[in-house]
Amino acid sequence: MKQEKDIQMSSETRLSVKKTYKLFIGGQFPRTESGRSFHFESKDRSFQTNLCLASRKDFRNAVKAARGAFKGWSEKATPMLRGQILYRMAEILEDRRVHFTEELSFEGLSQKEATSQVDLAIDRLIHYAGWADKYQQIFSSVNPVQTPYFNFSALEPMGVITAMAATETKESSLLELVSAMAPVIVGGNTLVYLASKKTPLTAISFAEVLQASDLPAGVVNILTGDETELLTHIAGHMDVNAVLYLGSEGESLNNLKLLAVQNLKRVVHEETPDWKNPNTESPYWIQNFQEVKTTWHPIGQ
Amino acid sequence: MQPTEQNFDFKTGTIYAPAPESTSFVELKGRYDLFINGEFAPSTSGRTFKTINPATEVSLAEIAEGNAKDVDLAVQAAKTAYEKTWSKISAKERAKYLFRIARLIQEKSREFAIIESMDGGKPIRESRDIDIPLAAAHFFYYAGWADKLDYAFPGKKVAPLGVAGQIIPWNFPLLMAAWKIAPALATGNTVVLKPAETTPLTALKLAELFQEAELPKGVVNIVTGAGETGAALVSHPDVQKIAFTGSTEIGKLIQKTVAGTNKSTTLELGGKAANIVFEDAPLDQAVEGIVNGIFFNQGHVCCAGSRLFVQEGVADLVIQKLKHRMSSLIVGDPLDKNTDIGAINSKEQLSKIQMLVNAGVDEGGCLYQTSSTLPDRGFWFRPTLFTEVSQSHRIVQEEIFGPVLTIQTFRTIEEVIEKANNTPYGLSAGVWTDKGSKIFTLTSKMRAGVVWANTYNQFDPTSPFGGYKESGMGREGGLHGLAPYLKFVN
Amino acid sequence: MTMRDQELSQERETLREGSHFLESLESNQDTRLSKMLARPNFRFTPSIDQVGIQSRTSRLSKRSIKKESKLSGLKLALSMIDLTTLEGQDTEGKVRQLCEKAKRPLSGEFSKLGITVPHVAAVCVYPRFVKTASDTLRGTGIHVASVATAFPSGNSSLEVKIADTQYAIDQGADEIDMVISRGDFLRGEYNKVYDEIALLKEVCKDVHLKVILETGELSTLDNVRKASDIAMYAGADFIKTSTGKVSPAATPEVTLVMLEAIRDFYQRTGKMIGMKPAGGIRDSKTALFYLVMVKETLGPNWLTPDWFRFGASTLTNDLLMQITKQLTGFYQSPDYFSLD
Repeated sequence: MKQEKDIQMSSETRLSVKKTYKLFIGGQFPRTESGRSFHFESKDRSFQTNLCLASRKDFRNAVKAARGAFKGWSEKATPMLRGQILYRMAEILEDRRVHFTEELSFEGLSQKEATSQVDLAIDRLIHYAGWADKYQQIFSSVNPVQTPYFNFSALEPMGVITAMAATETKESSLLELVSAMAPVIVGGNTLVYLASKKTPLTAISFAEVLQASDLPAGVVNILTGDETELLTHIAGHMDVNAVLYLGSEGESLNNLKLLAVQNLKRVVHEETPDWKNPNTESPYWIQNFQEVKTTWHPIGQ
Repeated sequence: MQPTEQNFDFKTGTIYAPAPESTSFVELKGRYDLFINGEFAPSTSGRTFKTINPATEVSLAEIAEGNAKDVDLAVQAAKTAYEKTWSKISAKERAKYLFRIARLIQEKSREFAIIESMDGGKPIRESRDIDIPLAAAHFFYYAGWADKLDYAFPGKKVAPLGVAGQIIPWNFPLLMAAWKIAPALATGNTVVLKPAETTPLTALKLAELFQEAELPKGVVNIVTGAGETGAALVSHPDVQKIAFTGSTEIGKLIQKTVAGTNKSTTLELGGKAANIVFEDAPLDQAVEGIVNGIFFNQGHVCCAGSRLFVQEGVADLVIQKLKHRMSSLIVGDPLDKNTDIGAINSKEQLSKIQMLVNAGVDEGGCLYQTSSTLPDRGFWFRPTLFTEVSQSHRIVQEEIFGPVLTIQTFRTIEEVIEKANNTPYGLSAGVWTDKGSKIFTLTSKMRAGVVWANTYNQFDPTSPFGGYKESGMGREGGLHGLAPYLKFVN
Repeated sequence: MTMRDQELSQERETLREGSHFLESLESNQDTRLSKMLARPNFRFTPSIDQVGIQSRTSRLSKRSIKKESKLSGLKLALSMIDLTTLEGQDTEGKVRQLCEKAKRPLSGEFSKLGITVPHVAAVCVYPRFVKTASDTLRGTGIHVASVATAFPSGNSSLEVKIADTQYAIDQGADEIDMVISRGDFLRGEYNKVYDEIALLKEVCKDVHLKVILETGELSTLDNVRKASDIAMYAGADFIKTSTGKVSPAATPEVTLVMLEAIRDFYQRTGKMIGMKPAGGIRDSKTALFYLVMVKETLGPNWLTPDWFRFGASTLTNDLLMQITKQLTGFYQSPDYFSLD
């Protein structure tokens, strides 16, 4: 066996204590209830670890946690507070850039690419933090109806969103996660995110950033698992309001759309966007996961 | 009346024991200089003036007095910073500077609150719970707009104006600085700020924060001084934009000064707001709103609800409840956490208030004041009501800018709308009723820039603020607060 | 039948049920009926703006009570406590222990340091334990309050509720804490709720009647105001927020609404009514906050155990620790304060 290579020493006599990569559900790090795992290895084999292979029951638990967190996140947390929390995520991520740059290199990026990814991820969090108390002003309206009513339309979050990372991603898991997560939660939704098996490390480590950011438990839940295995359960879950699919068009997407019909889940599809391009930052990503509510009230006496 | 131990007996005592905010960790320098091009430097003339604590009349510090030459230096620094640095930095990076400033204000919030109360006279409870948090919030809000301007004006591309000259008043010194600086910087302009002469300290402490945030030199410059300093700024040819908050009288002077130039102006001037209580209002909450509307910040508020209109059927009841509520208002040391009404900002302001109140009595108004004990030194005024007054009384027409409320009755909604609008001012209004449709009627008929329904004196960085008619022009806050600092380029 | 006819026949029904147990009373059935017909129309009570109330309580919570005011307030709060035990598990022994604590809240060690505290106002127990409490507290000046009327739900017949009350009084209760019929209230049967209270006040005679509104079940502040007015006009001596069995129990908002109702009632009728928030008041800071609310809404006349009570038990030790801290200068440990 490759025993000598497996043992990572920081000095001649010291054995390192490797982190266990678990799932992130309800603000905590449980193992998968299925007890299954999958192996991850960096290209040059210098880094190896096992991660949890999430089951449908894990997914079910994550949705439950997300649903439980929705009321507080969408009603009690003011838009400004949501922005402040995202800003704090950026602060914490900035603080941990060395850690994430290293993990990204295990995932296959060069030092330069990794540093750039981390920069972009931090700045993206700040960008969306800034939208928290503004997107409503752009997408709402007071409607000049013909009859004597005060009529206004405003956005409301949809609820629980599931996002599925692209499995054939050219980007790092970190930037993709941040780019998918930020607009969803800044708008008051809660999220279950399925990270790609190919690049799972930074997704789970990012959960540590979430925990340190005063983000209420359950607002974001992160699973590592097999998309093919979980797709049916994700697509058919009756308590998920929308799905964000970042993979390519094909059979998986079609199946997703068909099963989503059961509770008329909204399916948002964007094929592996070029996350490095600042054009991908947009309030329309927020709007994608909002409903419009119109209210009438008489003007008179 | 000297406080005795009996006074502090919870049950029988008329007041609570002193609960002073500790000031021991606050450090004030003996002298504050002008802040130009990222550094503090004395005025070219070497002249200074004192800023005092209006509650004790004790001098807090010497402040550099800027003249036209200093203003010119500041404007040149702002111009250079605009051309060489600030317009070259990406919007995202601009945003991050503003986020830093917001964070620093939060971190130093207690120190700022104490200095604000000492310099201006407002109760520590207000500076701590309202002024400072809102100031930080304004920086957070506008930081977020910096890289999103493409979405703010459909179909239009925008660009900053250049150097903004900003003159702010003494009633919310730090907050007004935030209201002015945050949107100006977020949109890419640079700034020369002239704080009010009686309250320069928090602006100068803010300058220290700019240094700590590593804000590029010259992006914000602060020139302290009085009316002449402001005039020099307004007439400086290299300033593209003037933003002013203050009296209508000075606002008009500024408009005259810039009349022949290309300068754009936003003016946020005086007010004489109507606060209207219908008989179907939740009365106890309305009374709280009346109190908040006129006694918040000693009535030194441009949007203060200074004209109460109460529907005749409930007038006696409302006035009775109002007097009862007023009896628990504590006038006193601004640094005491239990103080509701602090010191009047200056001797001048106190004289003005007294003069108008005297006029009110002379013209036949019926005066009522609480019997609050007042400290020996300092500038104080008891909460005051006037009944038996009408639209033609001076105190109903002129802005008093003090804790003085006039009370009139009305019978129908048409009558009160007419009377409420019957003023050259148009900044704000309040309406109290349980009936939603009445609220929307009033909001659509009030000729005022801000209408509060079943509340008063609510502020938020996302909510635009500004006046109709002689209360000014332009809006601050919200999406609408961006436009005054930008021009269309397509 | 018109609605008025329905109401009248309902009232006669209530009266008929009640009068079985009131044969000893000499009052005329018709006089009582005309009194009932003279009551205010409870369909129209002042509306309360919830956000406005929260704004007022928030402002009141910022009062900073220090030094002499604080010590004076803490002792005052202690003297206003109704030390309570209302558990299925209660026994004579438990109640006796509670009464001992009521008499002597602070252990002997502290009196050596010159620290003295007042005794609490009352103990509050189930009717079954009134005699035990009464015997243990004889001569101390501490009142015995009993819950009654099928506490806590109140969902039983009028006969049972009256019998429950009479039994407690016969056993020696100084005060009765009754519950209103929330079901009837929420169905809009305000007159029925009123009549029940009026009837129970007649049963109580000179015994103090506290009427529990169970604000946690009333849903809106408008309802809390309405229920307060109904109780006061019907003859309550005290109005009380909660049974403590439902969450939320007492909150600053419902307390303020009730205090304002008492103030308005006093201004209209000249009659003082007491107030008791119960449940959820666990620490001194909260207790002082409530006293501030009383002081600034009703004034000093209400700041005595005769007119204001705290329905609490864990509050006691926190007050004692705070009082001790004020006098010694040191933060205290729960180990030194008896748990009963």
